[in-house]
Amino acid sequence: MKPAPFIYHDPQNLSEAVNLLATNENARVLAGGQSLMPMMNFRYVMPDHLIDLNKVSELSYIRVEGGTLKIGAMTRQRDIEFSSEIGKHCPLLHAALAHVGHRQTRNRGTLGGSLCHQDPSAELVNAAALLGATMHAVSRRGTRDIPFADFALAYMTTALESDELLSGITLTLSIKSMGYAFVEFARRHGDFAIVACSALLSLDAQGSIADASIALSGLNHAPTRPAAIEQALRGQPLEAATFKAAAAEAEKLDAGADAYVTSAYRQHLARVLTYRALEQAAARAKEIQHG
Amino acid sequence: MADTRKIAVNVNGTMRSATIETRMTLVDFLRHELKLTGTHVGCEHGVCGACTVLVNGNSARACLMLAVQCDGQEVATVESLATDKKLNVLQQAFQDNHGLQCGFCTPGMLMTLTEFLRDHPEPGEAQVRDVLSGNLCRCTGYQGIIDAALDAAKKMREAAP
Repeated sequence: MKPAPFIYHDPQNLSEAVNLLATNENARVLAGGQSLMPMMNFRYVMPDHLIDLNKVSELSYIRVEGGTLKIGAMTRQRDIEFSSEIGKHCPLLHAALAHVGHRQTRNRGTLGGSLCHQDPSAELVNAAALLGATMHAVSRRGTRDIPFADFALAYMTTALESDELLSGITLTLSIKSMGYAFVEFARRHGDFAIVACSALLSLDAQGSIADASIALSGLNHAPTRPAAIEQALRGQPLEAATFKAAAAEAEKLDAGADAYVTSAYRQHLARVLTYRALEQAAARAKEIQHG
Repeated sequence: MADTRKIAVNVNGTMRSATIETRMTLVDFLRHELKLTGTHVGCEHGVCGACTVLVNGNSARACLMLAVQCDGQEVATVESLATDKKLNVLQQAFQDNHGLQCGFCTPGMLMTLTEFLRDHPEPGEAQVRDVLSGNLCRCTGYQGIIDAALDAAKKMREAAP
């Protein structure tokens, strides 16, 4: 099908964009178009006003600033994939992007588009949960920062108000010294994951786990950070029994079901993928320590 | 009243102007306005890859872009590949290796591989399979397409100065 009629706006800068968003009813923001365009083609979404951000160049950037990594919402997935700064400071994003769509969709798709579409199985959404991203919202009223945990409200629903758009995100760079992993199971390469698991591990001087972060997505309406499992991993030795115990707990997390995948199968995947993610993150953490 | 814009797009090296509805997708602009019907419309939601074209040199789904977004940009379609009715190296490799049967997916395959082989002159089979994951073919079982891509890469390397 074809999109229903709309009025097209192509603001040249951010202030024009937020003004248009504040003053037009039933307006939608268009980023890379890899999710919104299919939804408009199917007429699941029929905005009266389409505000295209592709000319707002100030929203496209990758910057390392004082211990933080800042990425603009309109930064293409392609540019993150090929950025040596990202590879150096946040290789987890490269690992996550390897599972995102296809060459053709990453060429157009943006970081902010994926995060605002907020498909609960999207890899970048999982990565933002794991990294505890700070989300920068902007509107004509001003700016505000939203922790990712408060940003992802529900299935394809964010905390952004109708007059707000995401301008970018900030990540802390302590992750540089941590072992990382991103693993998922999908029916076909490039599909959204049925379940995805990412992990960060840092080690203490004795080689035991100092700190652990895990994000599981695909189980529910938003990615899960299982705090009890993360807590229990601290101080544990880096060995198979440790990962196995964490994986067994992951299998007990709540999981929804749909027409294709039962909750029991998602829980099974949560166990398998948690084990794999911890094993891979541990191997990398050891390399860093011995590096 | 339909929302319209006048756009000028460089398509296969020629400037093409038209006044179009802003809701028109790039693939419909190519096919209906410019009569460049080599680019195919498959799923219209970015999954099948049949509509793949190059926008400023990078592959993109022409069903997921609006024509109005291409104002002032460069678009290359499958019609840009052959010269003087002679197939280019990649197209010839598809013919030689049984890289197509019904031909519906072929324009998208060719454009994806045009970008890929430009950026990766010495690809391995795994890389070719990965990049073609974004293009569906229901006839060939892909093996002929993989063979064609690797054959084309080899011939392009041999022809390079």
